[in-house]
Amino acid sequence: MINKSAVEMAEALNKGEITSVELTKAHLKQISEVDGQVHAFLHVDTQGALDQASQVDAKRNAGEKLPALAGVPLALKDVLVQKGIPTTCGSKMLEGWRPPYDSTVVRKLKENGIVILGKTNMDEFAMGSSTENSAYGPTKNPWDLTRIPGGSGGGSSASLASFQAPLAIGTDTGGSIRQPAAVTGTVGVKPTYGGVSRYGLVAFSSSLDQAGPCARTVLDAAYLHEAIAGHDPLDSTSINAPVPAVVAAAKDGNVKGMKIGVIKELQGDGYQAGVLKLFNESLEILASLGAEIVEVSCKYFDYALAAYYLIAPSECSSNLARFDAMRYGIRSGQGSAEEVMNATRQIGFGREVKRRIILGTYALSSGYYDAYYGSAQKVRTLISRDFESAFKLADVLVSPTAPTTAFKIGEKSNDPIAMYLNDIATIPTNLAGIGGMSLPSGLAAEDGLPAGFQIMAPAMKDDLMYKVGAALEAKLNTKWQGPILNSAPKLGAK
Amino acid sequence: MALKYEEVIVKYEPALGLEVHVELGTASKMFCGCNTVFGAAANTQTCPVCLGLPGALPVVNGKAIEYTIAIGLALNCSIAPYSRFARKNYFYPDMPKNFQTSQYDEPICTNGYLDITIDTDEGSKDFRIEIERVHMEEDTGKSLHMGGEAGRIHGADYSLLDYNRAGIPLVEIVTKVVNGCGKYAPEVARAYVSELRDILRGLGVSDVKMEQGSLRCDANVSLRLIGSEKLGTRSETKNVNSLKSVERAIRSEMIRHAELLNSNQRVIQETRHFHEDTGLTTSGRSKEQAEDYRYFPEPDLVPIAPSKELIAKIASTLPEKPSVRRKKLQEAWQVPDKEMAAMINADVLDLVEATVKLGADPTRARSWWLGEIARIANEKSVAAADLAISAADVAEVIALIVKGELTDKLARQVVEALINGEGSVAKIIETRGIKVVSDDSSLMAAIERAIAAAPDVAEKVRGGNIPAAGALIGAVMKESKGQADAAKVRDLLLKHLGQG
Repeated sequence: MINKSAVEMAEALNKGEITSVELTKAHLKQISEVDGQVHAFLHVDTQGALDQASQVDAKRNAGEKLPALAGVPLALKDVLVQKGIPTTCGSKMLEGWRPPYDSTVVRKLKENGIVILGKTNMDEFAMGSSTENSAYGPTKNPWDLTRIPGGSGGGSSASLASFQAPLAIGTDTGGSIRQPAAVTGTVGVKPTYGGVSRYGLVAFSSSLDQAGPCARTVLDAAYLHEAIAGHDPLDSTSINAPVPAVVAAAKDGNVKGMKIGVIKELQGDGYQAGVLKLFNESLEILASLGAEIVEVSCKYFDYALAAYYLIAPSECSSNLARFDAMRYGIRSGQGSAEEVMNATRQIGFGREVKRRIILGTYALSSGYYDAYYGSAQKVRTLISRDFESAFKLADVLVSPTAPTTAFKIGEKSNDPIAMYLNDIATIPTNLAGIGGMSLPSGLAAEDGLPAGFQIMAPAMKDDLMYKVGAALEAKLNTKWQGPILNSAPKLGAK
Repeated sequence: MALKYEEVIVKYEPALGLEVHVELGTASKMFCGCNTVFGAAANTQTCPVCLGLPGALPVVNGKAIEYTIAIGLALNCSIAPYSRFARKNYFYPDMPKNFQTSQYDEPICTNGYLDITIDTDEGSKDFRIEIERVHMEEDTGKSLHMGGEAGRIHGADYSLLDYNRAGIPLVEIVTKVVNGCGKYAPEVARAYVSELRDILRGLGVSDVKMEQGSLRCDANVSLRLIGSEKLGTRSETKNVNSLKSVERAIRSEMIRHAELLNSNQRVIQETRHFHEDTGLTTSGRSKEQAEDYRYFPEPDLVPIAPSKELIAKIASTLPEKPSVRRKKLQEAWQVPDKEMAAMINADVLDLVEATVKLGADPTRARSWWLGEIARIANEKSVAAADLAISAADVAEVIALIVKGELTDKLARQVVEALINGEGSVAKIIETRGIKVVSDDSSLMAAIERAIAAAPDVAEKVRGGNIPAAGALIGAVMKESKGQADAAKVRDLLLKHLGQG
């Protein structure tokens, strides 16, 4: 059962072929068998998950009408707070902290009867592209345990690829949902900024952070998307408009007559040949389904990475100031409040977090603000305009999700720039606040590892990505004679 | 050795800058739903948002925005069609997020003014105080430093933090540089704060209690030689907790600056703390090395864009200006200028008005608030409004006097008892056994005893010597311990002796 899609599991639950408790136990068993190798989870809430599952079962037995995904288990990225459950954000700073409140995403998951198995590993405070920056050790890619699962949400995607959970929640500031999805052969969606509430999402970069669904199929992602999306009065930046009909779009999957724009700047140099080949094959499939492929140019994308690495660190330097040992988290040092703050931040934060805090502090400093933060905001506007012009020529835009397949653990950890370049194709959507999806495009010829196909849609037209994604996925599954994860190596109890 | 104020003002011209912080009287905090009631047990009025817990997000209190727009309109400001919050970044334990959500380069109200009048020996003088900006921000929590020197962080053993105040909406009203006040600078500053306070109270946006910190004034003062154009170095005095202190603090700073300048010393740009007891300021934090607050637009909030309709609606509900209101009251009550000024200075105008509204005669109401009650307030060094006596109490006392149920002397006892917190007027009269003796039979018995004790005097009165009755009336009054109504005693006595 654990190899099925979430939709199939929901059907089995509805038909009474299995109970939520049984389904949850099956996943807990898989976690106990394989997570020693993968290290996707930072915390497994066995009792909480079983309690939630039995509540759903009781409701179902009482004949209550339940939401679509009721009783299906899920893995939650450790950056979203869940009342009473340890939330570390992959940082030593928050070791032992149990939040006194639920994030809006968690509240909605609970309302939908989705069973939360536990919290997944991530780069510290979501800063990274490999999950190597977790204070609790890296997560391994289920396709090759010597390789990274992407980041920052490597734990969520790895849990899907190793069948420890059929659904997961990620957060995406510069690609942290999509790039892990690409390198693990799973599906990940960053909804339009403001589409899913950020209330209870521990902020890295407030104007870029967006929570979204991770799954093994486009339709599963769509159901999870609808479960967590919608206006939230507790998040001022949340959009007060109806949630795009993403489930309907994923079921429809008809791209006939749609215009699909290939972004010229997001291919070529720096992209692995096998990744590009798979990308082009996907384009051919979409063309064969009746979509029109056009090429578009977004010339300011060349500055996206630079702008991102000014805006995100600037906001993070302020957002992470609250970790000062005064109210929660670890405390170190003696003497005055300042001395304690200093000592705690010294040992509580890892190197990458410190690097970005220092970068951001510098970029916001008086005398440098205009040159750095100010210019970056201008670039951001120009990138939004690039997207606006491109969307006049095409309904959705596409690119490879990441330039390469999964690299080796340790390969780039001493070269921040090489690491940052991994997000070159995903960052522009965050800067413009629009939606992006990654789904598997196949296994690269060079290394037999999964690559991702990225679809981007205008703000609040997230349904278009699902339509295109579902169409492509269906054709690819036929070609591969089943989901791509069937080709993944089998992990088992040792 | 100290310079006299008169010596300062013949040589130097002061420039002022006033920053007034007002805690808005909204039911909930600036960015969350927490209660704002003053004096609750520590950390009971907090939530994930105002504690800055990871993941929590702010949502702007719409009422606070409306209040701020009302303040801006009352101060003749332009209301920005689009303004933003910014983060002011610095570390301090009583600030939960280690940044304060404030407004920086895009305040909601700009370029206003406030006209004030002061009463001087040369007659009344008018000044226009120009307002640079009115903006919103959130208050910080409170640190209580334990051990060491009383209340100071230096030498303290540890500190306790109370976040009840964290996130209370604050409005900051900043003047442009105020020039041209000359020797009247301290009075001008006081009159400005006083007028501002009356406006805010009239708007109903704050309880404007300086003593409780819901209205705080920071006074920037600098001196330059008369005739010089270039502004001198300023100091910023905080902890100025009453109107009187505004005046005293500025006077004290002007003298201190002049002493430094006279002896060729530099005025240091710094924050200073005013001390009520000595009337002097002491050095606080030096601002020579300006802290870099790394302001940037608050990404968790959307811009404030009040519609023209909303602004018009708020404008249409503004109460009349205090100056207009005062003029109307003065005419209605037929009060001379001096008396009016006395009421304003004693800060009892609102109380007198409220008392009159409850049916009291304006002259009586004024004389109670400005007389007996102001005297007691002065003795206790508190504002009349903070005494445990209300306009309703005073109106009730006056009504009893008019009805003849209290004499002035008894009424003073009642007022004192009210202020001592002995309960309502009725309860005080009952428990203290205060009542005008007007029962004819008991008075008659007393009169007869007085006559019996002085038959010669009674005889004189019978013979037509009416003034002689005074001695008998006095005896009756003495016996009744002042509780008898003297006029009544006189009537009864004269009738009894055939003179009525």
